[in-house]
Amino acid sequence: MKMQLKNIPAWSSESHLSRIVKDMPPSGIRKFFDLVSEMEGAISLGVGEPDFVTPWHVREACIYSLESGSTSYTSNKGMPELRECISEHTRKDMGLEYNPGDEVLITTGVSEAVDLAFRATLNPGDEVVVPEPCYVAYVPDIILAGGVPVSVPTRLSEEFKVRSEDIAAAITDKTKAIMLSYPNNPTGAVMTRADLEEIADVVVENDLLVVSDEVYGKLSYIDSGRHASFAQLDGMQGRTLILNGLSKSHAMTGWRIGYALGDPAIIGAMTKVHQYTMLCAPVMAQFAALEALQRGEDEMLHMRHEYDLRRRMFVSGLNRIGLECFEPRGAFYAFPSVESTGLSSEEFAGRLLKDQKVAVVPGNVFGPSGEGFLRCSYATSREELIEALDRMEKFLASL
Amino acid sequence: MKEILEILSENARATPAEIAALMGRPEEDVAREIKELEDSGVIRKYVTLIDWEKLEEPYVFAVLELKVALQRKTGYDAVAERIARFSEVESVRLISGDHDLSVTVRGKSMKDVAYFVAEKIAPLEGVQSTCTHFILKSYKEHGVILMDRPKPKRLVVTP
Repeated sequence: MKMQLKNIPAWSSESHLSRIVKDMPPSGIRKFFDLVSEMEGAISLGVGEPDFVTPWHVREACIYSLESGSTSYTSNKGMPELRECISEHTRKDMGLEYNPGDEVLITTGVSEAVDLAFRATLNPGDEVVVPEPCYVAYVPDIILAGGVPVSVPTRLSEEFKVRSEDIAAAITDKTKAIMLSYPNNPTGAVMTRADLEEIADVVVENDLLVVSDEVYGKLSYIDSGRHASFAQLDGMQGRTLILNGLSKSHAMTGWRIGYALGDPAIIGAMTKVHQYTMLCAPVMAQFAALEALQRGEDEMLHMRHEYDLRRRMFVSGLNRIGLECFEPRGAFYAFPSVESTGLSSEEFAGRLLKDQKVAVVPGNVFGPSGEGFLRCSYATSREELIEALDRMEKFLASL
Repeated sequence: MKEILEILSENARATPAEIAALMGRPEEDVAREIKELEDSGVIRKYVTLIDWEKLEEPYVFAVLELKVALQRKTGYDAVAERIARFSEVESVRLISGDHDLSVTVRGKSMKDVAYFVAEKIAPLEGVQSTCTHFILKSYKEHGVILMDRPKPKRLVVTP
């Protein structure tokens, strides 16, 4: 017999959503994405990933791993060979020793590593200093982990490097960590060893953990201003958690391979969360990453060189057409100012898209101090960059 | 210098102004260096990579492998130079292995190429044997893959 229910209350999905998630503002980039994707013939400088396809030898190694039937789980921490390889690479590249047994964790992209870092270290109410403008995920990830993000502005006049006075002003008795992301998305700023030494005192005095997203670490273009890691400063390796991956350096965004390097207690805590949520990074992507690290150096350098050529051409082009642009030293973004036009970032980006079909990302998406700027990715072909500059020049002339 | 050559080897039509912008250097300097490279013969010629298969009447290409008797004093050079003078010949290379010279030849038909080899190359003094390989399909030339594949799509805006 059919059961009869009387007065079935209406189902409300809204009331079943988490308040934390409901209160979280949607990514400003998302809004823009919807606008651009409907447009024909648009040139997009809005893409935060290489325009290169992953080098063939890496794809081929992945195919081979599938052919040979490597389709099972790996160790939670990631394949031992890959952890050893990363450890070896880091020793050669940065002069830092990490034990592949308990100081290296392979994650599903750096995005997961960021999430794990905060979940493994924050207690409810703990504050994290976040220099802005910055990548859009840090603030939501901190909130999801129960922490409180405390934004600190960086400025064009200081080449978008974070200053110790600004950090000091943001410190309270609840401050636990600071997020560093250099070379920076969206500004292209780099902090050198000397720059980092300037902030070391305030970090140590306040006993902060340094979470350092170095996914653009290999993409640093100027010899005299090379990217350095906070972990490389004397005595700072222990309090620094390095987050890195192959997405940007080896054109492997879709593979989702990242890693964390740090103190065994923190890596252990992150591994705990990782094993209950992700279990392990995809095995085929781990094989690809191993190949990329073992034999991908030449192609990585080739791509970096190509970005560097485009960087010079594009940044001088922006300055020529009248959009003042600070010289980005890393990543693959230019961050020109639109102040001279009197338009806000969003107005400029919106009208540029409508009038000339060039998509850029308004700087305010990356934090309030990004207002007045645009993020333009030069990880796109030279021809498209030249065409985009032409269209932007026309747009400026029409204002 | 090397940087300019790398850019030109990718795109012979890159102008001095474009190269200068890529390198962040003055245009006059780049133009002067290109001139020097041309004058000194480092830059031999600017060529166009053509996919002949896309035309109605494709050319026929063949690779010849030649065994050559070494000559006193001139070694392989005298024979190689004689062969190189034919306009049908696109490249002449001394190679290691079973054969001595590798020669690429372009003709209008297979017959054309076969007659050329029989009449002009095989009888040359010093050429001991020839082996002609006709090229049936070219997959990659000068670093460019010639098979048309759709470019994988990227999202238009990402963080």
